[in-house]
Amino acid sequence: MTPPPRPGGAMVEFNGVGLRYGPDAEVLSDISFNLQPGSFYFLTGASGAGKTSLLKMLYLAQRPSRGLIRLFGEDLVTMPRHRLPGFRRRIGVVFQDFRLIPHLSARDNIALPLRIAGVGEEDLAGPVGEMLSWIGLGERAEAFPPTLSGGEQQRVAIARAVIARPQLLVADEPTGNVDPEMAGRLLGLFEALNRLGTTVVVATHDIHLISRIENAQMMRLEKGRLSDPTGALRYPPNRS
Amino acid sequence: MIIPRVPVQHRRLLPDRRLSGPTPWVIAILMLLTLLAAAAGVGLARSANAIGAAIAGRVTVQIVTANPVTRAEQAAALRRAAAGQPFVRSARAVEPAELRATLGQWFGSTEGTDGGGDPVLNALPLPALVDIDFVGEDRAAPMRQLRALVAREAPGARIIPHAEWLEPVARLIRSLAWVAGALVLLMTAASAAVVIMTARAALGTHYATIEMLHMIGATDRQIARLFQRRIAIDTAYGIALGSAVAAAILLLIGWEWSGVTAGLAATASLGPWGWALLLALPLLAIALAALTARQTLLAALQKIL
Repeated sequence: MTPPPRPGGAMVEFNGVGLRYGPDAEVLSDISFNLQPGSFYFLTGASGAGKTSLLKMLYLAQRPSRGLIRLFGEDLVTMPRHRLPGFRRRIGVVFQDFRLIPHLSARDNIALPLRIAGVGEEDLAGPVGEMLSWIGLGERAEAFPPTLSGGEQQRVAIARAVIARPQLLVADEPTGNVDPEMAGRLLGLFEALNRLGTTVVVATHDIHLISRIENAQMMRLEKGRLSDPTGALRYPPNRS
Repeated sequence: MIIPRVPVQHRRLLPDRRLSGPTPWVIAILMLLTLLAAAAGVGLARSANAIGAAIAGRVTVQIVTANPVTRAEQAAALRRAAAGQPFVRSARAVEPAELRATLGQWFGSTEGTDGGGDPVLNALPLPALVDIDFVGEDRAAPMRQLRALVAREAPGARIIPHAEWLEPVARLIRSLAWVAGALVLLMTAASAAVVIMTARAALGTHYATIEMLHMIGATDRQIARLFQRRIAIDTAYGIALGSAVAAAILLLIGWEWSGVTAGLAATASLGPWGWALLLALPLLAIALAALTARQTLLAALQKIL
């Protein structure tokens, strides 16, 4: 078991990170920031600015082409591949395209992270049922994703990301397919998790969301480079 | 574990339909051909060994003395003398009637089975023959001692080792057995190739699921076990089907063969070890398929972060 980040230390550290796909130019350049445990961050930027690429490195789907990334106090760039699953279990991810497994019911999709982590069926029934009720899909627990609306699928995807109480939650446009009321509820869930200590990073186009979370900080990507409009990325972080 | 145990809830990660429709059928055909080739190989090898064992220690002494009375006396003396030797298991003088009956088949004699009434056969100066079987595996020393015995009892007689004229046949049969063995190996390799292709196709088909499982912290082993189980079950179906058809064919051939009681064909049988090998082959095939699938899957998963 990897130890939690040391007190006062950053949960995520990016230092001079660059990312390129193949021989093309870098899609992300000179990315440096620290994410503090228990904080809430919004990542904004125009389409194509590199938000999804940055999130992929955060949730360990991509290693950088250069630079240093530390997660939970450990160097991810040189970390052996076999150790990655243990880290991934501490990260919840909400994908922009949901990535639900179409032949599994909503209940089974939500239960998946717990089953992969080895939680017994008797122990996961309660949390999964509560989660289904909370996202308003208690009646549709056995429905398969293709029969759910876009908003319902997104709620299932979010429930799957948070069911295992991750230390870091990464969400890519999590409210893009839900109505404002559900967007508010989902954001409330993120906020509740954040209050319980989960570090949350939400990539969004919706500038109105940002104002709804107290103390949230914003990172902005422009053409693959990071700007720091709220001072979130200073180290030590701006507490003012 | 040939077919790994996977919790029921995890099995649902792969859809219920078979991973690749043709795989069990291709494996069934390959297993059928493998078992038939193996049975042929075992039967031929045993036949070659049986012929080799039968002819290796047998010689026929051909006495061609012109005087028929002297010829018969020499044959009788040689048989008696040979029978008393420690290196001889058995010595038998071939009866003239038996000789005429054999020759009669070639001459087309119609005068009874022994050809005794055929004037042409009766006019032929037939040699006297003594069949001698040696004791033990060593052939050189008994041959030296037999030559000395023949020189004493029937001077001028020829010693004809059976191996001289049947050994090429046994060699041919052995070659065919090796060819059958090579076919078994080739078809085993083809079966492994089918499993590798199936595993790769399965990974391609379910890439999105695999990627998702990785992202939520599934290990390569957890993912590989899912696919390994499914591929092992698919191939087990094929192997069972191929084995059942092969068993039916072999039993039919065995039933037909049981009517053959003479000649080289009578030496061909599978024997207990042959049947044991044929029974073990399907199990080995399932194990090979599962192992191949596992290694292919793990190697492919290693390429995904």
